[in-house]
Amino acid sequence: MKNEAKVYILKVLIHLASLIPLVNLYFLAFQDELGADPVESVIHFTGIGALNLLLLTLCVTPVAKVTKQGFLLQTRRLLGLYAYTYALFHLFNFLAFEVQFDGALFLGEVIKRPYITVGMAAFLLLTALAITSINKLKRKMGKSWQRLHNANYLIIILVTIHFYWSVKSELTSPLFYFAIAIILLLFRYQKIRRIVKNKFS
Amino acid sequence: MLIKIPAKNILKDSNITDESVYLERRSLLKKMGFLGAGALMSSAITTNAKAGFFSNDEAQASFQTKALNYSKDTLNQTLLKTPEQKVISHNNFYEFGAQKDQPIALSQDFDVDPWQLKISGECDNPITLDYADLTKMFPLEERIYRLRCVEAWSMVIPWVGFSLASLLKKVAPNSRAKYVAFETLYDPNQMPGQADKRLGGGITFPYMEGLRIDEAMNPLTLMSVGLYGKTLPPQNGAPIRLVVPWKYGFKSIKSIVAIKLLEHQPPTTWNKLASKEYGFYANVNPKHDHPRWSQASERHITTGGLFSRNRIPTLPFNGYGEEVADLYKGMDLSTNY
Repeated sequence: MKNEAKVYILKVLIHLASLIPLVNLYFLAFQDELGADPVESVIHFTGIGALNLLLLTLCVTPVAKVTKQGFLLQTRRLLGLYAYTYALFHLFNFLAFEVQFDGALFLGEVIKRPYITVGMAAFLLLTALAITSINKLKRKMGKSWQRLHNANYLIIILVTIHFYWSVKSELTSPLFYFAIAIILLLFRYQKIRRIVKNKFS
Repeated sequence: MLIKIPAKNILKDSNITDESVYLERRSLLKKMGFLGAGALMSSAITTNAKAGFFSNDEAQASFQTKALNYSKDTLNQTLLKTPEQKVISHNNFYEFGAQKDQPIALSQDFDVDPWQLKISGECDNPITLDYADLTKMFPLEERIYRLRCVEAWSMVIPWVGFSLASLLKKVAPNSRAKYVAFETLYDPNQMPGQADKRLGGGITFPYMEGLRIDEAMNPLTLMSVGLYGKTLPPQNGAPIRLVVPWKYGFKSIKSIVAIKLLEHQPPTTWNKLASKEYGFYANVNPKHDHPRWSQASERHITTGGLFSRNRIPTLPFNGYGEEVADLYKGMDLSTNY
């Protein structure tokens, strides 16, 4: 099978696997079938979904290298944009259903609650990455595009901290995700070392 | 008229989904191959899909509850109650799993008979209640109370029980009794959360709570043996639990086996875990935020789903200030949280 066809099929699968659960979530929510606290359910579902997709995005390069299947690299943008989609819904759910569009309350929560501040920082960075994922902008930015998109490494750390600080006592999940994130970052150890060195030289 | 013209809103029999197909819809979708998608993108870690896509229809409740005789709460009938299905399927009871939909799923085989509730300590007449005593020793009343969780959501629940004061009067506390300590059953064979740290949400067991003696003797403090007119389902703390409506829900300890009258303040589970976040008093206080989230308002869970505008301001003492504010006269509630 030609690489083009493989990429096409993979992308279709990614579209389906990302959209169906999201659509289903709101479908169930409209029918009041999400249990007693649907607000918590939709916020949690989209948050975990975003985190999963973010980790998947970071998995692509290591997997492509190890399996020597370069065509996989072409799925990164799609996966990243779906991570952003879930993150956008996660934030929108919080704004619409949790604080119910109370602007002052929303800003207050972002400023006063460290876990939300960290989450917002990650979201703003992710937004910059989503906007600059357009081919035209990528070409215009040249070398600085890759430098900006290296922010993914910072984003995954911020998101795992956001998750860790948001739970009451059930630390197993956040710690598990943190471990996965560290493993994926270790794949880029040399690169990250270079970035940090350059920033602080 | 011989010719019947049905009203527009009457469904024809042919419109009604065949019951077997309706009940099977999720397994039908599974068979159509959507199995991997949701699990991949969402709750890969937890044992149940929060969205309910692959879990059962309305949570199964096979534990048999029994009807109770009680006097109705005439004062609070106008309070909008949380529907029973939500009350029994959305529970923080880490002994049966730390996800809110796990207690109903994992507790239906819980044994409540025989049961022993031992009251002892600084008192003249220590006693032990057995299962029958719980519903027979004292006349039962319905108490419709608000329950406010520290996580900033709340419900209105029609409990059935008797005042803790009547139980304590029976054991006759002596002059050294300044505090009352409570303990939940410890039985990892029946309570999977106690056997598995991950399932159990990272808290230590057995679950412990405590009150000052005057808080325990307050008429509002309830020993509950039922809700919605029937004995408690296991996920709500069968066969007997505490309800202290002016405090955060974690003070309302479930499935109690021991009550002890003490001279000194007892340790309590959440306070031991994170003392900066969960205090001994845990009075509902909109002016004292949890370090990581605001307590000024709450999501009030009654009828309605995602789009119901259910955010309400939190009231001091959960709205029971008239009955209990005096207990804390002169106390600084920002340090005694």
